[in-house]
Amino acid sequence: MGQKRTVELDVATPGVNEAGEAQRYPLGVGRAPSFIDDSEPALGGDHMLVNIGPQHPATHGVLRLVVELDGEVVKRVIPHVGYLHSGFEKLGEYRHYNQLIPLTDRMDYLAPMSNNVGLALAAEKLMGLETTERCKVLRVIACEMSRIISHLVWMGTTAIDIGAFTPFLWCFQQREIIYNLQEMWTGARLTTSLTRVGGLMADIPDGFENGLRQFCANFPKVLDEVDRMLTRNGIWVGRTQGIGVLSGEDAINYSLSGPMLRASGVPYDVRKDRPYLDYETYDFEVPIGEHGDVYDRFLCRFEEMRQSTRILEQALDRLPAGPINIDDPRVILPGKTAAMSDMEAMIFHFKQVMEGVPAPVGEAYLPIEGPKGELGYYLVSDGTAKPVRWRVRPPAFINLAALPEMAEGHMLSDLIAINASVDIVMGEVDR
Amino acid sequence: MLRQQFGDKIDRAEVSCGDTIVYVRKSVLIAVMRWLKESPDQDYQYLADITAVEYRDGERPLEIVYELFSLQKLTQLRVKVELDKARALALPSVVSLWKGANWLEREVYDMFGVQFENHPDLRRILMWETYAEGHPLRKDFPLRGRFSRSEQVRQALNANPEAHYSMEELSIAEAYVDLPPEMRDRLARGERGRIPDPGDE
Repeated sequence: MGQKRTVELDVATPGVNEAGEAQRYPLGVGRAPSFIDDSEPALGGDHMLVNIGPQHPATHGVLRLVVELDGEVVKRVIPHVGYLHSGFEKLGEYRHYNQLIPLTDRMDYLAPMSNNVGLALAAEKLMGLETTERCKVLRVIACEMSRIISHLVWMGTTAIDIGAFTPFLWCFQQREIIYNLQEMWTGARLTTSLTRVGGLMADIPDGFENGLRQFCANFPKVLDEVDRMLTRNGIWVGRTQGIGVLSGEDAINYSLSGPMLRASGVPYDVRKDRPYLDYETYDFEVPIGEHGDVYDRFLCRFEEMRQSTRILEQALDRLPAGPINIDDPRVILPGKTAAMSDMEAMIFHFKQVMEGVPAPVGEAYLPIEGPKGELGYYLVSDGTAKPVRWRVRPPAFINLAALPEMAEGHMLSDLIAINASVDIVMGEVDR
Repeated sequence: MLRQQFGDKIDRAEVSCGDTIVYVRKSVLIAVMRWLKESPDQDYQYLADITAVEYRDGERPLEIVYELFSLQKLTQLRVKVELDKARALALPSVVSLWKGANWLEREVYDMFGVQFENHPDLRRILMWETYAEGHPLRKDFPLRGRFSRSEQVRQALNANPEAHYSMEELSIAEAYVDLPPEMRDRLARGERGRIPDPGDE
C-alpha cells in the first residue's frame, strides 16, 4: 500500500491543500480565527453534556456515548455498552459444543459464517480433530465471504455517516448477492449456523460455485466505482484524513486488532502470523496503513475486500472433491437413513443428541482473523460435553475501548466518523 | 526462564492443546508481566485477552487468565493467576502496562466480582451500574438470574432518569451543583433511582 497517500486531486477541493492534506480549522479556543476580536467577552465558558444514543443511527447499534463538549470540540467521551448484553457466555455453559454455534451467529451478525468457523476450529483444537481438505477450503470461502459483506456494510454505513449516500446502495447490492449465496448454502441469510464440530452442516449446492465465480468477476468493478466515488473525493478526504489518529505503539497498547491495528502500521494479521485453515498456502497481501487515521482504516478495509476476492478465487480453483465431515461417528451425526435403519448408527445418533460430544480435559484458545479483528474463542473443558467456560475475545469490544483516546480533542461531527471507523457490531460488543 | 527470574513465585507451567500456560502468584504478577512485556528476549507486547475461569468443582480456585502474544516472535503465552475463593477476590490491575486492559478488567469485575487494585475506573460495563443481582458468570449464579422476571421489570420501570448518568458525568456539565440538595445527597451516598418496596403503596 505504498501508493496510498498519493491522492492526487483533480481540482482544488475545499478542505484539502495541494499536498492532499486535510486543512482543518477547529473552532477551539486555541486556534481561533484572527478576525475574532479579543476584546469581546468570550462566548460561554460552560461545557455541555450531550448524550448520543443508544437509539441513534450514527452510533451503529445500541451504543451510548456521553460527551462533554466545549463549544463543538469533544473534551471527553464516556461510552456505555451493554444494552444488547445477552449472556451468551453464561448460556454456553449449559450447552453442548455444537449448540454453541447458533449463539455465535448472533454475535457479529454482519459476518455470522466466520464466527461459526472460529468456534468450530476452537472446539476441534480442544478435541484434537483434523478436518478434511474440502471442509478447510469451504471454511476459507465462508470466512472470506463474511469479510467482504462485513466490510461492505462498514463502507456503506460509514459513507452515509459522512454524507455520501450512493456508495451505500452499491455496497448493499453486492452484499445482497453474497447473502443470496449464503442462503443457497445454509438456508439462512443471517443465522447461518454453517459449521459443526468436525465438519460443516452442508456441502455447497449446485450452482453455488458458478454464482461465487460470477460475483468474484463482477465485484472488483463495483469496488473500482466506489473507489472513484470516495478515495479521491475532497469531502471524504477532508472528513477522514488526520482524524482519530492512533500511533502503532498506542494501537498495540490498546490491544487493537484487525484493520484498526493495521491502519496504524502494525502488520499483524492472524491469517499470516498464526495461520489456520492453511491460510499460509494462499497468495494474498495484507494491506498496512501508515497514519492510523480514519482514512487509512478505510483504505485498509477497501484493499482487504480485493484481497478477499483473490482468496475466494484461489479457494474455488483448488476446491477438492471428497467428504466435508471427518469420518468419526462419535463426533459427526450419522445420516438420516442410516440412523433410521442401522442399529449402530442409531446408537451413535442417540448418544450424540442426548449426551453431546465430550471434550478431553484441557483448554484451548484459538484466534481467527474475523472482519473486525482478532476473534478468539477460549474453551475450557472438564471432560464433559459442556464447556466449563466459553469465552469470546470480541474484537469490536476491545477496539471500541480506544474510542475516547481517538476522539477527544476532535469536533463532534468527527466523533461520528471515528466511531464509524471502529466498525462495531453491538451484538458482539455486548454478547 | 521465568523460574530463573522469579523463583518459586512461579507455581507451575503446563501445555494444553499446544498452548503454553504459566501459573503465577499474584504478588509478582505486575513484575512478571512487565518483564514479559519489556524484556527484549520475551517481548510479549500484545495482550490479546483477559478473562477468568471458575470451575464447576467448587474447591478449585478461580483463575484469571491473561493471553499474551509476541508480535515479533509470533509465540503465545497464557499467564494465569489463581485466586482462593475463600478469601477476597482481588489482584493488581495491569492497566499501567496495557491500556487495553481497562475494559477487559472491567468486564471480569462485572462478570466475576474480582477487584482489580489500582484500576482507574472499575465500574460495571456490560450490566448497568445499579445491577443488584451479583456477578452473572459465577457458578453459583442461576441461569435465569436471582430476581424473578416481574421483579426485574418492576425495577426497570421504577428507575429514575438520573440513574442513567454517573456522578462523573453529571459533574461534567456542572449539572451536579444545580441538582436539588436532596437529590445531590442521595447521589453522593451512591444511591441512584429509588426502588420502592412492594409494601410501600
